[in-house]
Amino acid sequence: MKAFTYERATSTAQAAVRAASVPGAKFIAGGTNLLDLMKIEIEAPAHLIDVNGLDLAKIEPTPDGGLRIGALVRNTDLAADAGVRRDYPVLARALLAGASPQLRNRATTAGNLLQRTRCPYFYDPDQACNKREPGSGCAALAGWRRMHAIVGTSDACIAAHPSDMAVAMRVLDAEVETMRADGSTRRIALADLHRLPGATPHLETTLDAGELITAVVLPSPPGGTHVYRKVRDRASYAFALVSVALVRQPDGSGRVALGGIAPKPWRDEDAERALASDPHAVVDGLLKDARTSPDNAFKITLARRTLDAAIADARSAR
Amino acid sequence: MKFDTPATKNPIDRLAVVGHPVDRIDGPLKTTGTARYAYEHHDAVARPAYGYVLGAGIAKGSIHSMDLAAAKAAPGVLAIVTADNAGPLGKGDKNTATLLGGPTIEHYHQAIALVVAETFEQARWAARRIRVDYGPVDGTFDLARAKESASKPASGKPDTAVGDFGNAFAAAPVQLDATYTTPDQSHAMMEPHASTALWDGDTLVIWTSNQMVAWGVADVAKTLGIPKEKVHLMSPFIGGGFGGKLFVRADAVLAALGARAAKRPVKVALPRPLMFNNTTHRPATIQRIRIGATREGRITAIAHESWSGDLPGGKPETAVDQTRLLYAGANRMTAMRLAVLDLAEANAMRAPGEAPGMMALEIAIDEMAEKLGIDPVQFRIANDTQVDPEHPERPFSKRRLVDCLAIGAEKFGWKARNPHPAGTRDGRWLVGFGVAAAFRNNLVTRSGARVRLGKDGVVTVETDMTDIGTGSYTIIAQTAAEMMGVPLHRVVVRLGDSDYPVSSGSGGQWGGNSSTAGVYAACTKLREAVATKLGLPPDADFADGRVRAGSRDVAVADAARNGELVAEDHMEYGDLDKRYQQSTFGAHFVEVRVDAATGETRVKRMLAVCAAGRILNPKTARSQVIGAMTMGVGAALSEHLVVDRYAGFFVNHDLAGYEVPVHADIPHLDVVFLDETDPMSSPMKAKGVAELGICGVAAAIANAIHHATGVRVRDYPVTLDKLIDRLPLLAREEES
Ligand SMILES: Cc1cc2nc3c(=O)[nH]c(=O)nc-3n(C[C@H](O)[C@H](O)[C@H](O)COP(=O)(O)OP(=O)(O)OC[C@H]3O[C@@H](n4cnc5c(N)ncnc54)[C@H](O)[C@@H]3O)c2cc1C
Ligand code: SF4
Repeated sequence: MKAFTYERATSTAQAAVRAASVPGAKFIAGGTNLLDLMKIEIEAPAHLIDVNGLDLAKIEPTPDGGLRIGALVRNTDLAADAGVRRDYPVLARALLAGASPQLRNRATTAGNLLQRTRCPYFYDPDQACNKREPGSGCAALAGWRRMHAIVGTSDACIAAHPSDMAVAMRVLDAEVETMRADGSTRRIALADLHRLPGATPHLETTLDAGELITAVVLPSPPGGTHVYRKVRDRASYAFALVSVALVRQPDGSGRVALGGIAPKPWRDEDAERALASDPHAVVDGLLKDARTSPDNAFKITLARRTLDAAIADARSAR
Repeated sequence: MKFDTPATKNPIDRLAVVGHPVDRIDGPLKTTGTARYAYEHHDAVARPAYGYVLGAGIAKGSIHSMDLAAAKAAPGVLAIVTADNAGPLGKGDKNTATLLGGPTIEHYHQAIALVVAETFEQARWAARRIRVDYGPVDGTFDLARAKESASKPASGKPDTAVGDFGNAFAAAPVQLDATYTTPDQSHAMMEPHASTALWDGDTLVIWTSNQMVAWGVADVAKTLGIPKEKVHLMSPFIGGGFGGKLFVRADAVLAALGARAAKRPVKVALPRPLMFNNTTHRPATIQRIRIGATREGRITAIAHESWSGDLPGGKPETAVDQTRLLYAGANRMTAMRLAVLDLAEANAMRAPGEAPGMMALEIAIDEMAEKLGIDPVQFRIANDTQVDPEHPERPFSKRRLVDCLAIGAEKFGWKARNPHPAGTRDGRWLVGFGVAAAFRNNLVTRSGARVRLGKDGVVTVETDMTDIGTGSYTIIAQTAAEMMGVPLHRVVVRLGDSDYPVSSGSGGQWGGNSSTAGVYAACTKLREAVATKLGLPPDADFADGRVRAGSRDVAVADAARNGELVAEDHMEYGDLDKRYQQSTFGAHFVEVRVDAATGETRVKRMLAVCAAGRILNPKTARSQVIGAMTMGVGAALSEHLVVDRYAGFFVNHDLAGYEVPVHADIPHLDVVFLDETDPMSSPMKAKGVAELGICGVAAAIANAIHHATGVRVRDYPVTLDKLIDRLPLLAREEES
């Protein structure tokens, strides 16, 4: 681990200013991802700005009937929130499908969105990785790709985004609220937060340098039946091979986002119009540009079947 | 003491302490965190420095140059050990690759440097500042591709044959010819390999996490080129080994070299990501099994061939072992072939040989039963043998496989099994039952102990035996208590120190029976000494803290009133294990549920019935068996060291990528021990159980998945991607 300096942020505005002005600064929230990466020098911030003391741990209703989730709300608390469980159960289920209770107690809403990929080559400093070291190559392309993305990838990187929570937030049309160094705030649709790798897989989000996430805002509840199906090799404590977040209305229409198969939560509002009539067409639309290898081609069939299962779950839950 | 005739009645048979489910005597130390592991001897070692191991970043080739300048200049660095400056090093008898590589690199993450610094973080930081210029060369990493080049291993017993397999198989009306694969697996024990070393003059004092103290002393001495007498090695507590700690590894050798270079005590633990490629692993196998049978279900021909790989000079995985002994059949052959692979060193992991061998054989038996239309329990029972089928003049010392199967079937409710695969459904789940035999050979080996009777009447046992979480402390205490007729709390057990008599160590499920037999021998001597001291006949009775003969009745402590009595002996073995085949038996029954949509398999319930001689402590034995069953679930469903065939290493080298079962994967586990004693094995009449428990589990699960889905998967682990294309179509109901 590289030696670093540390400060506790005293206000959101100050945190954003410091993050933009101190060279090599990074925010730390739960630290469950960042610290692991720092230990093996995949992240090597010169300065840490600890945001844990900021007043960003509240879950509050918004004037238009939605929910504003503070950036520091712990995954455990968010999953247990009565309003979330009642109005956005897909989110609670996605959270509970992730990591372990100990990790969820620590992990924050913003940190979860910004957690980095679990590509094993990214974690091994002796392997080429464009995300870790731009221009060095991608060892995964010739290697083991079972856990990797099949859509939205590029010749530079095929890593998948590992978050479960983000998949549910995507299906809920969440927006991310931020503050920049100049004190300005903005809202970014979750769909636009994560970038596809293209030729620059080390650039993962559309946030500016030092931009602080202050909250995630959910629009008013979408109704319908909510399902989160996460498919994995063991029953707990494993990242998704494929996951499906589904909000299904009584008439069979609804929204679908997929996890485990792309560099970001994967949803296509056009394709999902077919949900009531032909669910496989939704998956086909979502995966139409899939580029698979022999060890991850199964994800196409698995995505179809998991959506079928999710629909069946939704139907029987009614 | 020599054990060369079958055991007769002896003091252990009293079963006042032995055979009882007593709690582990070391339990409170472990649950309170006060048992000191190899990295934690803060009491004995003041101001240790920290060593961090740098592993090679290529799989094969050499180091052109190493630039240590930046690392040396990094804060806190005390010393850097490399092959260049370590002086001449030997190689341990039990090691295949050298433990400190360079300039030649034999495998990925082979240790090439140790950085010693004031703190762990400083050592880690500096290690990454070492610049290495490699000269990589192409290697062979893929067993399937190397299979054709495999050759007959130089040692061991690679081939056996009886009768005329070829003709008998060709003539058999029902035949099976199938190939199975098992993947590379990692021990993935909780405690990493770790050592703390210091030099006391020219004597090396080392605490290391090692299952075999005497092997450890010998190989540390040989590697460092110092006399064995100059190595004091201690391994009192071990956080799991599973065979991964049978041998001295880089942490021990580098801690010793680092302590010498830094002139400070040094502790070294392998970081988790290094453990998978730096240490040993269970190698992958390709196994071809052919079985021929009559229509009535009698096996007439059986053949098992296995291919595995290892570094040059390595050994094969003996995956055909059980097939030489498990089922009858007049015509048979087995063969093992070994390919050279440039992956990390292949070696023993829990039940080497039988664990992967049974994974294949017991699917083959299930397939054969299906072809014959015979219930798989009945098919196994029908082909039981009471003699070694390759050497019919050798009976089994005790063999109750049939009882295990029959009792297990009854207890499990096997009768309820739907005879048709893919025929049972429970909501979204496809339900399947599976069975497999369990089989693991019983090994006995020389083991010594010293026993002291103190003035206070406390009996102290000293032996270099280890407790790898198995319960050695406890069963050794029970044995001494039984032998000396004292209550358990009057016994103190000291283990894992090379100053104590050489024991069997822990491995190959030989430790429980062998080490207690050694304690039996030493206690027999101590009884004689006590009797002599008290002027009692040698056949005096030891019970309730007293020694009785005729009308005399004396407290055992009286014998030591004028000074401690000490006795030392070992148990060695004659040829009973040659005249009688000694094995352990069992049966595994499993119910699985496979998600009809996704192919995810979840185990619903498991039962193991074991016949493994006298169970010295049903509680610790059960712990061993359920632990082994859990490991079997991993082998069946998820554990797989994935070889990057291009770069030549195990890619998923951490516990996020190498998936062992978690609590949510393991249902209630039932274990039944048949009441049995085996007088051929030792005076304890016990055998091993800890490895028996894993043998067959994975196959029982694979068979249950087949029963649930109708899909036969012959390549482990049975992950959903191997099922998904062949699962039944999902009925998508119409909107209601
Ligand atoms: C063993 C293990 C298993 C896991 N399994 C799963 C799983 O199954 N599913 C899943 O979804 N996740 C899983 N996770 C990941 C876990 O969800 C994340 O580690 C966690 O959500 C990160 O949150 P954090 O608050 O600890 O983030 P940190 O580690 O503190 O930060 C992560 C990143 O976010 C940045 N950041 C944090 N807060 C802000 C902010 N307010 N504004 C801007 N940037 C910010 C940090 O600078 C850093 O780059 C697992 C993690 C582990 C260690
Ligand atoms: S897939 Fe992406 S993260 Fe993985 S090695 Fe390639 S570039 Fe790195």
